[in-house]
Amino acid sequence: MAMWFARSRNLVSILRQNLGLSATLIKRNHSSPRPVFTNYQLSSRVFLDPSTSFRHESTAVETQPDLVQQSDHEDDAQELDFPGGKVGYTSEMKFIPESSSRRIPCYRVLNEHGKIISDSDFIPVSEKLAVRMYEQMATLQVMDHIFYEAQRQGRISFYLTSVGEEAINIASAAALSPEDVVLPQYREPGVLLWRGFTLEEFANQCFGNKADYGKGRQMPIHYGSNQHNYFTVSSPIATQLPQAAGVGYALKMEKKNACAVTFIGDGGTSEGDFHAGLNFAAVMEAPVVFICRNNGWAISTHISEQFRSDGIVVKGQAYGIRSIRVDGNDALAVYSAVRSAREMAVTEQRPVLIEAMTYRVGHHSTSDDSTKYREADEIQYWKMSRNPVNRFKKWVEDNGWWSEEDESKLRSSTRKQLLQAIQAAEKWEKQPLTELFNDVYDVKTKNLEEQEVGLKALVEKQPQDYPTGFHI
Amino acid sequence: MASLLGRFCRKLVVPGSAHGSRMVSTTACDSEAVKSLNLHSAINQALHIALETDPRSYVFGEDVGFGGVFRCTTGLAERFGKNRVFNTPLCEQGIVGFGIGLAAMGNRAVVEIQFADYIYPAFDQVKRVFPTLEFDFSTAEFLIRGFNSQIVNEAAKFRYRSGNQFNCGGLTIRAPYGAVGHGGHYHSQSPEAFFCHVPGIKVVIPRSPREAKGLLLSSIRDPNPVVFFEPKWLYRPAVEEVPEHDYMIPLSQAEVIREGNDITLVGWGAQLTVMEQACLDAEKVLDFIFQLKDNWFKVSNMGLELIMQEGISCELIDLKTLLPWDKETVEASVKKTGRLLISHEAPVTGGFGAEISATILERCFLKVKSLRFNSSRRD
Repeated sequence: MAMWFARSRNLVSILRQNLGLSATLIKRNHSSPRPVFTNYQLSSRVFLDPSTSFRHESTAVETQPDLVQQSDHEDDAQELDFPGGKVGYTSEMKFIPESSSRRIPCYRVLNEHGKIISDSDFIPVSEKLAVRMYEQMATLQVMDHIFYEAQRQGRISFYLTSVGEEAINIASAAALSPEDVVLPQYREPGVLLWRGFTLEEFANQCFGNKADYGKGRQMPIHYGSNQHNYFTVSSPIATQLPQAAGVGYALKMEKKNACAVTFIGDGGTSEGDFHAGLNFAAVMEAPVVFICRNNGWAISTHISEQFRSDGIVVKGQAYGIRSIRVDGNDALAVYSAVRSAREMAVTEQRPVLIEAMTYRVGHHSTSDDSTKYREADEIQYWKMSRNPVNRFKKWVEDNGWWSEEDESKLRSSTRKQLLQAIQAAEKWEKQPLTELFNDVYDVKTKNLEEQEVGLKALVEKQPQDYPTGFHI
Repeated sequence: MASLLGRFCRKLVVPGSAHGSRMVSTTACDSEAVKSLNLHSAINQALHIALETDPRSYVFGEDVGFGGVFRCTTGLAERFGKNRVFNTPLCEQGIVGFGIGLAAMGNRAVVEIQFADYIYPAFDQVKRVFPTLEFDFSTAEFLIRGFNSQIVNEAAKFRYRSGNQFNCGGLTIRAPYGAVGHGGHYHSQSPEAFFCHVPGIKVVIPRSPREAKGLLLSSIRDPNPVVFFEPKWLYRPAVEEVPEHDYMIPLSQAEVIREGNDITLVGWGAQLTVMEQACLDAEKVLDFIFQLKDNWFKVSNMGLELIMQEGISCELIDLKTLLPWDKETVEASVKKTGRLLISHEAPVTGGFGAEISATILERCFLKVKSLRFNSSRRD
């Protein structure tokens, strides 16, 4: 942990210089446990000139002085030379234990009561930013609630909430720049919301109407917007991770001041694409921030059935990737971690892994009833006592930046706006049949043209077999 | 088997290049410089041109840096730099996924899968459809476990699912396919049929060096993701005059490489070499039955009685692009000859020949005198 803080101090001072942060960093001298790497070893690698090509340099093995005895004597070689570099040797047969005696600690800034923990390192957040973050977290909550209910009423076919993960959604988005390219899994609509996707646009996709940018082709919640640099959601898990490595590499080659940011759940890290994505990003030295939402559940599969490691954060080092574990329900911690990770990714051209610990309060989706596999008490506990929105709200209120009046105004107006959006989206006509055949290729091929002609003829011949309002 | 390949290798006549058959496949005029090249050199030339003409194009895959296990990528890393031509970790799903990401950002990603036999982990990035599938055939056994999503679920659907907001049309996946004699289960497969079932991608298979160069450049420049299978058997022995300039052969256009009146033969890739020899022999009717019996390539739809007749005039069509395929050319030919024979290396059940048969039968039902599946077909 101290190793990360050491970095962050360097980082924040650079940020202050380069990005004009005027606020003083809130920091204290704290006694730190013995770092794995010394500051000297770290700072020599932390900030390199971005224009330098260091494709095969930054992954060089750091020597650990307490393990290797340096010796110039040839016949007294204390190191073995193998492909991949020198390794010290030992005659003591010792297995690396399957788990560390201590789990990797979790970076946190706010306690459960919304008070900043003393001695915290974090990047300060202005009133304007904090209020916007809170508003968006509350909006996400209201949106989730209303769309969920709409599905229950049969007005949309499917929905998937982000309840309990509002801090991850909004705070991570707030920490990024609009040019950063986001490759989501599916539980991150808050990132798109932050970037300016309107409630109407969300509703249009859920209803698959003519205004949907996805042209009504995918299930609800499969949002995408090139204007907002948010790649379209696809249902297969983890496929976006190696793609993010490619996107990051593209940004690197274009020398853009941007990185790829991609999200995954705890379950998704079991996929082969997780391994592929992280490994490629590390080898290619691509600027990618991997954010894992460890919310404890992959539908009905608890993390104890998903992996035997200490969560996801320990896997980063296995790929040569800098990693951090953060309290995903602490908006300030998430903001600081993502902001720092993003800067590292861009200035050092390297991937970074963030494991955000949280809890999936909602069911997996509207097709799931999670009380079938977990205790209702457990859900209730996380919903009430470990609620990320309430926690951040307390901090914002304590600063005098938010009142109950603001709260009720926001919630009622958002609710009203959503209901109107849903009503409008529901009435909007659906895509014409011809859209079924467009965009399979850039230009419709002959076989598709023939099929379209055939289907049109069929619909005209048997209109009773097709829904009312269905048009060609 | 080896003796048969040896027989072909000794006098490997590139299909469509001899016997006065029509050469309509290139735009080269006689004054253009040509060079005698084999298949891997022609492909290499195409890659050089592709990287030269588009500074935002990349070539990567396992071992491509030093030139690749089949020498298709020689000289590229030295000429264009390690940032554009590089080795990847050993992970097909990563290679294709990474390529999709690059392509989605407007670049051309020409990825190499070392053998088509190993393309399955990337299948999903191209479909987590089949959990386990086991085929137990004597000549083409393979186990498919846990397809991953990149080609089928991701590349093929990238444009469609996003409402054309995003696309990965700049992606081209190259892979050597097909029998080579000593390849066994895992260096000989012909998986084109799996990919032909996926709308949104294109599947292209060249028959010769000149075709390969033009088709590869078309594939790379096509605004859709393309899977390009290269007949590895032909990498070294197939030699042809290949124009040195930048030229493209259009996709989805089949070519009649040999005209005839009695029967239409349709094929692609290396199999055309075999089929052309069969055409020559059918015209002479020399030991034709003997050859068929010893020929382990999957020959289907041939009525045995045809062989008995003398001097069969064969019309040979190279499909070139299997998805989307040129139905019109095949249909016109079958309406003329009334008979269709499709021959491909891949297992016959569910093979791409079935798609061609079904479509042609549907379109030419009354004209087809012979389209039979009999005992000579094998899986």
